[in-house]
Amino acid sequence: MDEQISFTLNVNGHKHEIQSAWLGESLLFVLRERLNLWGTKNACEQGECGSCSVLIDGRLCCSCLEMAAAAVGTDILTIEGLAPNGDLSDIQEAFVEEGGVQCGFCTPGMVVAVHDLLEANPSPSSLEIREALSGNLCRCTGYGRIEAAVRRVVEARHG
Amino acid sequence: MTAAVLMPASVDEAVDMLNSSPGARILAGGTDYMVEVNYGHAKPKSVVSLRALDALRVWRRDGDTLELGSGIRFADIQTSELAKLVPALAQAARTIGSPQIRNAATIGGNVATASPAGDGLPVLFAMEAVVNVAGVHGRRALPINEFITGVKRTALGPGELIVSISVPVASGPQEFLKVGRRNAMVIALANLALIVDGDRRKVACALGSVGPTIIRCDEAEGLVARKVNWDRMRLDDPQVYQDFGELCANSARPINDHRATADYRRHAIAVLASRALMRTL
Repeated sequence: MDEQISFTLNVNGHKHEIQSAWLGESLLFVLRERLNLWGTKNACEQGECGSCSVLIDGRLCCSCLEMAAAAVGTDILTIEGLAPNGDLSDIQEAFVEEGGVQCGFCTPGMVVAVHDLLEANPSPSSLEIREALSGNLCRCTGYGRIEAAVRRVVEARHG
Repeated sequence: MTAAVLMPASVDEAVDMLNSSPGARILAGGTDYMVEVNYGHAKPKSVVSLRALDALRVWRRDGDTLELGSGIRFADIQTSELAKLVPALAQAARTIGSPQIRNAATIGGNVATASPAGDGLPVLFAMEAVVNVAGVHGRRALPINEFITGVKRTALGPGELIVSISVPVASGPQEFLKVGRRNAMVIALANLALIVDGDRRKVACALGSVGPTIIRCDEAEGLVARKVNWDRMRLDDPQVYQDFGELCANSARPINDHRATADYRRHAIAVLASRALMRTL
């Protein structure tokens, strides 16, 4: 039996007590299995696919590569925290409008990565969009519609 | 040992914690280690996390020497003032993983993991970087080619921590090149760093992913150093580009594995080396 630990995480502005966890649990595991935040997806568990992307202290990261117990004291933002109250953010709406959502599995990670890109760079070039999303795999869309969704957000925000 | 994540606030505290918890695992960005944990290949019993150790995330220039804190993340090397001081390292940083990985992975972690394919390593070997280590008996400094002793093996002792990595600021052009199956999120099949130091009239080339550790190309370096017109920082004889590529490929000691054949890797090195030299001299 592994020794168990307890700690507190700050997720989407709320403090969550995590009890009886194993030391090696990833932040992804804790978000999904202990906090029922299923928007963050689990695919590769090795940082390849980006479907588990979250923001930790404002930095885009793969939650599968974060040891949850070492994320104590950070501010964690997940897809659920980007558009509270069940609303869609403008990024999510643009994904829907442009057909950037097909099977939908990569979408939460993509949306978090686009949010991060546009916070830092409100008018990205095509190359900058592609580079910013290079850590997020999509097997359905071929990425064209996702890039179109990002452009749509940029245009709408610039009025 | 009690299962815990310890978060030291200073280097001295980190060393104390490592020595009072033998077997504790140092956790920096976690981008290599957590893969092992997720796949059941590693099982941490106790962890010393460097997250709160801001002292490891600073760099400073002292004359011609640049000291890089081991906790500096690749995203910061890519974009900060550092990119102007060590352009090849910034180029390497940009090819590492994805934005997500570069926001977590650190230069110290790249050195400590000592992967044969580590993208920061050819640059550090070509610059003859020095690894500064803290331990309970004080600090010591090791040249990187002595610090990395084999595939994923280093001279880091129990209870020791990499504090910083020192590199010279070179006045000439630099280049880092890498071949993989795609541009993002790829483990190098071959990578290469070329550093031209105009002040010291030195050329240094280091190869990654084509041997158990990073390989320096002494013969190829000597050829260029003899042929370059140092006053103009140009090569007058175009034959040198091809010869340089061939000599570098001869230095490589690649293996066949699931990512590529040895022949392909050797060929890639010849192409990358010629290209890097054309771009620099």
